[in-house]
Amino acid sequence: MASDLPRMKPFESPQALNEALRSVGYLADDGTAAVVFLAQRLQKPVLVEGPAGTGKTQLAKSVAEMTGARLVRLQCYEGLDESKSLYEWNYKKQLLRIQAEQVVRVDGSWEEIEEDIFSEPFLLARPLLEAIRAADPVVLLVDEVDRVEVETEALLLEVLSDYQVSVPEMGTVKARQIPLVFLTSNNTRELSEALKRRCLFLHMDYPSAQRERDIVLAKVPGIQTALADQVVRTVQLVRSLELKKPPSVSETIDWARALVVLGISGLDAEIAKETLNILLKHTLDIERAAKELGAATI
Amino acid sequence: MSNLSAPGASALGDGLFAVFSEFFSELRAAGVPVSTTEVLDATEALRHLPVTERETLKLGLGSALVKNEAHWRAYEALFDLYFSLRVATYGAASSGEGAGLPDAHWLGPQDASVPGTRDLSELAYQALLDGSTEAMALLARAAVARLAGIEPGRAVGPGYYAYRTLRRLDLDGLAERLAAVAGQAGGLEGALLANEYRRRLEQLRTAVDAEVRRHLVSERGARQLARTLRRPLPEDVDFMHLSREELAALQRAVQPLARKLAAHLARRRRRKQGRLDFRATARRSLATGGAPVEPVFRARRRSKPELWVLADISGSVAAFARFTLQLVYALSSQFSHTRAWAFIDGVDEVTELLRSAADMAEAVRQVNATAGVVWREGHSDYGHVLGDFVRGWGNELTPRTTVVVLGDARNNYHAVERWAMAEIARRARQVFWLNPEPRAYWDTGDSVLAHYGAFCAGVYECRNLRQLRRFVEQLA
Repeated sequence: MASDLPRMKPFESPQALNEALRSVGYLADDGTAAVVFLAQRLQKPVLVEGPAGTGKTQLAKSVAEMTGARLVRLQCYEGLDESKSLYEWNYKKQLLRIQAEQVVRVDGSWEEIEEDIFSEPFLLARPLLEAIRAADPVVLLVDEVDRVEVETEALLLEVLSDYQVSVPEMGTVKARQIPLVFLTSNNTRELSEALKRRCLFLHMDYPSAQRERDIVLAKVPGIQTALADQVVRTVQLVRSLELKKPPSVSETIDWARALVVLGISGLDAEIAKETLNILLKHTLDIERAAKELGAATI
Repeated sequence: MSNLSAPGASALGDGLFAVFSEFFSELRAAGVPVSTTEVLDATEALRHLPVTERETLKLGLGSALVKNEAHWRAYEALFDLYFSLRVATYGAASSGEGAGLPDAHWLGPQDASVPGTRDLSELAYQALLDGSTEAMALLARAAVARLAGIEPGRAVGPGYYAYRTLRRLDLDGLAERLAAVAGQAGGLEGALLANEYRRRLEQLRTAVDAEVRRHLVSERGARQLARTLRRPLPEDVDFMHLSREELAALQRAVQPLARKLAAHLARRRRRKQGRLDFRATARRSLATGGAPVEPVFRARRRSKPELWVLADISGSVAAFARFTLQLVYALSSQFSHTRAWAFIDGVDEVTELLRSAADMAEAVRQVNATAGVVWREGHSDYGHVLGDFVRGWGNELTPRTTVVVLGDARNNYHAVERWAMAEIARRARQVFWLNPEPRAYWDTGDSVLAHYGAFCAGVYECRNLRQLRRFVEQLA
């Protein structure tokens, strides 16, 4: 690791980190701040798991914004492979190079050409290699890692534990600086033990009422505190029901925004029921929640 | 382990390190899979975390040790035993805004000026109304000191003392009064209040639990208490003995499994890529002067497998049946080609019931109320059920169909009707049998599993989540 490269400033303490995150508009809880802090200190990736819409991806983005690092993102999907995640040889360019050789007749043995076409200029760096090779500070986000097959997961292991990528024709590319790595998962399948062992684990659940209210107040301009309070309490009630898809934080925000636009200053059961379709996306869920919103049972 | 973690140990000091070392091994003893790497990470983490801030320490250390959300409770309970509860914070920070609570001087049981049981109950009511966390913690402390009647040396679990405390506080009565308050508010506000009171009651219960543990830790030591409190991890709890809370946790765990099962069934052994599409490759090669630079492959065709689940919901497997239906429910929401049948001595399709039910409880009620699962007497009769099934739906089975039967194969000495199972196996792609009974009980008494098992691609014991997971993984 060369020391003259621009480096990411180390975080001072979990609290300082939390405040810095707050300054870029991300309201984290103490656990999140502690884990991100540790990740930087231990130089380990963070595996963020939790229901959709709790701010997992946003966490990586906000950390990047906060530290001024570049965000390199690898969006996972079923069928993702080496050539899309690590690197690929630029086949066309290699072919051109060989053809140019024939046309121009430059003196050169095959070995030289071979060495030439399997070198950096012919390498197409995909997100993982790009994050490793970067000279500037980088936050690597591997989004929805639970979507790739178990076999593909293995691709990540070398990058995550040793921060290096082996390219058979060139040798091993080592990281010039250790990127801060975030992996997110919606837990649609169990990730492999090997992957989990290499990461710090952060479970991100729906926020507490207090924090969610802060989020709503921060993200919805012009909302009254009283309305924000009611919105959040209602969402908390709805989440306690057994639903197909509990409302995410972003849906809370959407709902609050809609209420503000509609010029509503206070919620009651009727208004809540009429606007539930912004919060919930399944018909059955809406019916279920509507039934519950008027009933007081402990 | 101690020599392995030597670098961290020097930073910690011997005494503290011994405590952590014991903590790690207790964590393993509780079943949480903690590898050596993770112990090293945790030790390293200790050097960076502020050891004086318990919550940060708990969360930070946990991120290195616990990689599965389902294990968090076990970890948290142990952590509290070892590190949080030992700290004597009595009297400190209690004179703040304790929601009308007097100073901590009345916390001792002998003081004559302490409020009586009734007053304490009244204070609890106030704290629950206000929802002040500090007040609730203080109250729990007072309540345990005054009401639990902890007898040193008596070998009872913490649950007993917690129960005694809450009963003397008249928690049920308090819940009723709170419900009345919420009812009076009515409408949306009433519903919101009810939800919050429910949560606060839970909070008070937890606080009392923690307080009892705090007392017992100082008396018995963390290690001893950890053994008393050890509970199986969620994935090891027998389906037959699930608490309501565990059932809820199970539900979350079943969802990804159902998805995985569906994905496994959908996958067929095949080339990773489709065949080479020669025509398309030739056409594309024109752009590069006739050199086939980018070969084109045919897209893979997705197979559409079907999953049929037959679930025994009779009394002998009642607890299992709830889980079974849950699995089926999860499957049918993940996987559109799932059909489900429930049976006791009659069999009826419940696919639509499950699909249209708003939640699990509703689904179970619907199945019990409307599905024709009882034919004669309401005791399992596998022979009749399978026969009926073949007659009713057998001709819809195709080579794409995988059939999973969930049940104990206890036939109450009715006719076995092997032919029916043979017929199902012949028509379907494969049949799996999941049995909630321990393997040792199979084919004893009226269990006729061997007769049916002969036609199955696999017969599995499925008594807990771990075994279910293994089954799903084996299918891969």
